[in-house]
This record gives sequence, C-alpha cells and structure tokens, in this order.
Amino acid sequence: MNTKLIRRIALGSALAAMSLGSLAVPAQAQRDPAYAAARAEGRVGEKTDGYLGIVGSPTPELQNMVDDINIRRRAVYAERAQAEGATLEEYALTAGCLAISRTTPGEMYQAPDGSWQRRTSSPPLRDPRCP
Amino acid sequence: MRDAKLTSAACPAHKVPMQGPCAKVMRGAMLAMGAMALGGCITVNAPSEPIVIELNINITQEVIYRLAEDAGQAIEANADIF
Repeated sequence: MNTKLIRRIALGSALAAMSLGSLAVPAQAQRDPAYAAARAEGRVGEKTDGYLGIVGSPTPELQNMVDDINIRRRAVYAERAQAEGATLEEYALTAGCLAISRTTPGEMYQAPDGSWQRRTSSPPLRDPRCP
Repeated sequence: MRDAKLTSAACPAHKVPMQGPCAKVMRGAMLAMGAMALGGCITVNAPSEPIVIELNINITQEVIYRLAEDAGQAIEANADIF
C-alpha cells in the first residue's frame, strides 16, 4: 500500500517534469519578438567579437535588451570555453564567426574593419581566420 | 692646410667661452640652437579617430577551428539569444 503510493507519486512527478520540460524547450529556442524585430530592422547587428551591437543611435530600451542578451551570451561562452580549455575571448570570437555566417539578408553585421555591413545574399565579410 | 687632429682639444676651463680658439665652436652651437628654435621642431598630431587596441589579434586560426563545432552547438542550444 505504502510502496504503491510512493510509486504513484514518483510517476506523477516524473510525468510533470517531462511535460514541463517539453513546454520549456520551444519557449527557449525562439528569439524574443523585440529582439527579432530589432535584428530584422537592422537596429542591432552581430559584432566580430561574438556579441550583439547597436547600429546607429541607442535608445534605453534597445541598450537594455542588447546588454541582457550579451550578458547571457557571455555566460554561455564562459561555460563552454572552460569545458573546451579555451579562453573566453577565443570562444567568443569563434561564436562571432558563426553568428555572422548565420545572419540572413537584411540583417546587420560587423566587417573585420569594424564597419557595419548589411547582409546580402552573398557571403559576409569575415575575419580570414573564421572557419 | 692644417693638420687634422685625431681628437679635438677640450676648451680650457679658465678661459672666457666667447674668446680664444673655442669661440668658433660656441658660436656654431648657438647658431644651431637658434635654427632649431625657429623651424626645427617636430610636431606630432593626435589622431582624430580613437585608438583601438585589437585584443583578438593573437587568437590563432587553429584554436578557432577546434572550437567551431562546439560553438555551433552552443548557438543552436541557445537560439533565443543568437
């Protein structure tokens, strides 16, 4: 009787955790609408150092959003860099190479000379060390 | 023709500088100093753009290639912030 109850509780909590997990994944995988809009409008762009930058004049809301994303990116870089035995800057630069490659036409990115470029259908201008 | 000396003799300490054999040397030195004061200055202009020190310059291609696969997975796993 007692073991049955424990088993039922364990099963119930496991199911609850699974459903919560499946609910949390799609929410994590998508960009915030404000971020998606800022990217599409070219108000933010991918920098060569692996972080997001503001193109043009910043507004307080835009600055807050970019700061928040960059803090979270930095946390990911730091964790993965440690796991890979690399420095934060090395990992961030590598991620920057890839993030610039993944920009879609119309989005902004930073060229190796530091200038902002609008992504066209042709490959972006990247650091010669990028994979 | 005067005989060239191997080393020039020092000015005697007890003589007045603007008289005697060393006066020519002193006059020359003063002329040179005057010329420098007039037009021989080296001017250094500050650059109009800020100086950017590129800290990522020492990162090698080898390191980037090694990290690329993991970084790609990290971007996929955190698609909301990339």
